[in-house]
Amino acid sequence: MSLVDREMPQVVMTPDNIRSRRFPLVANLLVAVVAFAVSAVVVLTTGIGNWVLVIVLGGVLYLAGLNFAAGRVEGKRAARNRMWQAAIHTACLLAVLPLASVIWTLISKGAGRLDGDFFGTSMANIGARDANGGAYHAIVGTLEQVGIATLFAVPLGVLGAIYLVEYGRGRFAGTIRFFVDVMTGIPSIVAGLFVLSFWVLVVSKWFNDGNPEYSGFAASLALTVLMLPTIVRSTEEMLRLVPGPLREGSYALGVPQWKTILKIVLPTAAPGIVTGVMLAVARAAGETAPVLLVAGGLARINFDPFSGGQASLALYVYQQAADASKFAPARAWTAALTLVALVLILTIAAKLLARRNKLTR
Amino acid sequence: MGDYPSRSVNSTAGHLGVTPRHAQGAGSGVSPSAYEEPPIGGGGALPKKSRFSLETGFRGLSTAAGAMVLVIIVAIAVFLISKAIPAIQADSENFLTYNRWSPNEATPAFGIAVLALGTVLTSLIALVVAVPIALGIALFLTHYAPRRLATPLGFVIDLLAAVPSVVFGLWGRDLFQQPVRDFSVWLNHYFGWLPIFGGEGPFGQSLMLGGLVLAIMVLPIVTSLSREVFQQTPGMNEEAALALGATKWEMIRTAVLPYGKPGVIAAVMLGLGRALGETIALALTLGITWEISFNLIQTGGNSIAANIANSFNEANDTGRGALIASGLVLFAITLIVNMTARAIIYRRREFRDSAA
Repeated sequence: MSLVDREMPQVVMTPDNIRSRRFPLVANLLVAVVAFAVSAVVVLTTGIGNWVLVIVLGGVLYLAGLNFAAGRVEGKRAARNRMWQAAIHTACLLAVLPLASVIWTLISKGAGRLDGDFFGTSMANIGARDANGGAYHAIVGTLEQVGIATLFAVPLGVLGAIYLVEYGRGRFAGTIRFFVDVMTGIPSIVAGLFVLSFWVLVVSKWFNDGNPEYSGFAASLALTVLMLPTIVRSTEEMLRLVPGPLREGSYALGVPQWKTILKIVLPTAAPGIVTGVMLAVARAAGETAPVLLVAGGLARINFDPFSGGQASLALYVYQQAADASKFAPARAWTAALTLVALVLILTIAAKLLARRNKLTR
Repeated sequence: MGDYPSRSVNSTAGHLGVTPRHAQGAGSGVSPSAYEEPPIGGGGALPKKSRFSLETGFRGLSTAAGAMVLVIIVAIAVFLISKAIPAIQADSENFLTYNRWSPNEATPAFGIAVLALGTVLTSLIALVVAVPIALGIALFLTHYAPRRLATPLGFVIDLLAAVPSVVFGLWGRDLFQQPVRDFSVWLNHYFGWLPIFGGEGPFGQSLMLGGLVLAIMVLPIVTSLSREVFQQTPGMNEEAALALGATKWEMIRTAVLPYGKPGVIAAVMLGLGRALGETIALALTLGITWEISFNLIQTGGNSIAANIANSFNEANDTGRGALIASGLVLFAITLIVNMTARAIIYRRREFRDSAA
């Protein structure tokens, strides 16, 4: 006869006895219904708010009611657990709402001007009463600026990452790594001001008879400053994932280190590096502030990034948003839709590429 | 790999007692001239490290590219300071405490008091709103959601981070403004006795609208960083907590949150850095005023970055200098915030490496 049987003869070890009791789903739903009903009655009869307040108050009441009711059945700790779980689920819902709203607005408002005219013409000679006008010049500007910035930022960034992973040791490399991270957080407007005070106000005067000149090239310099740390970081992470035995095998065959890096390490890491570059390009394409400060924002088509100012898609959105014409908002929203489509396609393509990457799996 | 990898890799082979003949066979493709006179000793039969080779060149090139980051940061500081000093000297008022911005007049008078206050207030609102939600999502993604839901949801959050700020600005001004205005009127009606919700109106393009739009933009950053931190919680700690009878929430509170605390602090500070520097979204959503006011819901508010975007087109030489000076302040603030955040992360990384 065991101890339990002797001391507590009335306790029978059935599954119901040894398992803790659980708060049933039906009761959970009941609490929710009651909470929202009470909230609706209170809010609507006293007239202190509309349906938004009903939902907010209902949510709070639900959490409190759940805590109380489940506390009676399951005990205090399990009820706590339930309450936090509900709260965390709510947080997720809250985050998806704005994105859904942004995308819905983009599509519903941006579809209006989605025509050939928008993609085929510029804003030259478009007055406040003209309903047409397009973003061709801005698309050209964005592509050229981002393209030039990529040409600068990718070699610099990849070489910098190679230094950090393959060569850099000690304090100096540590300092560089730290400041690459810090540089990621530099506001885009500061990058714009830097290029303004360095290129536009100082260097461009040497080429332009002593007059400062806004240009698309200046914008791509600013974008380079913004893209560089992102590319260094992502490339660095990818290079670190390249297995050491690959390098050692190459060294063992007598291949010098620079050749090992160029022929073995970089090709192995290439898909990951491309992903990082695409994300950086997507980010740069959406930057408004630096372009606003240094590119000038020309209304007509200018293919020359080195003189005469340029617009960009993001800047175009901002300019049209600030425009008083009643046709401007439609143009702004369509340009925003185009910009988001461009950026999201790049981002999604980059993520899909990353998913196929063998190194990260 | 040591400081001289080509050497150290080869010298390992040398120490193993490879005879010169063998070494010659293996390394003859590299530089045979080095084997004419094999000196006594382990590594002597190996190719000499030539002074100027492609190796040195490549190494120098990549070092220069790495150093470029430091050069750029220093250059930013130098050029901003060089353009800001003349403007600040021309300022007839105190740059830090004056609350108007008229640098284009004959006697320039400008100060960043209002701008700095607006920057800090909008960022604070953004963090207060975004951080709890972001932490909730991060916990959901790492500990609650089934894998099938967590992957696409994480993807959506990343997409939220990719949407350009000008789009959020436009959305905030054209669409989000109306609900925020209604909410402001409601707040003013019932909580008008609080100074921050007081005032006579008009409401709408206020610090609150700017702060809420910022919150949406900060959310994905804080989420993705704290998600990474939470994912790194050692499974042993979590299992130990569960084995001691902790509920899921207790496990999170006792194992996940304490472990991730430094990382979460760093994530919040990085979000703060982003919020402080955000330009276009605030330029579109704030109703620009030059009053020092803590009122969150009345039309008004301004921020350093938004002011640069808004007044750049009218600026003359001094005006540009003044804007650059305010940008310098912003640069200094964000640099401090970011460096603190990174320092926290770095200290943590070293701690983890030594413990492992």
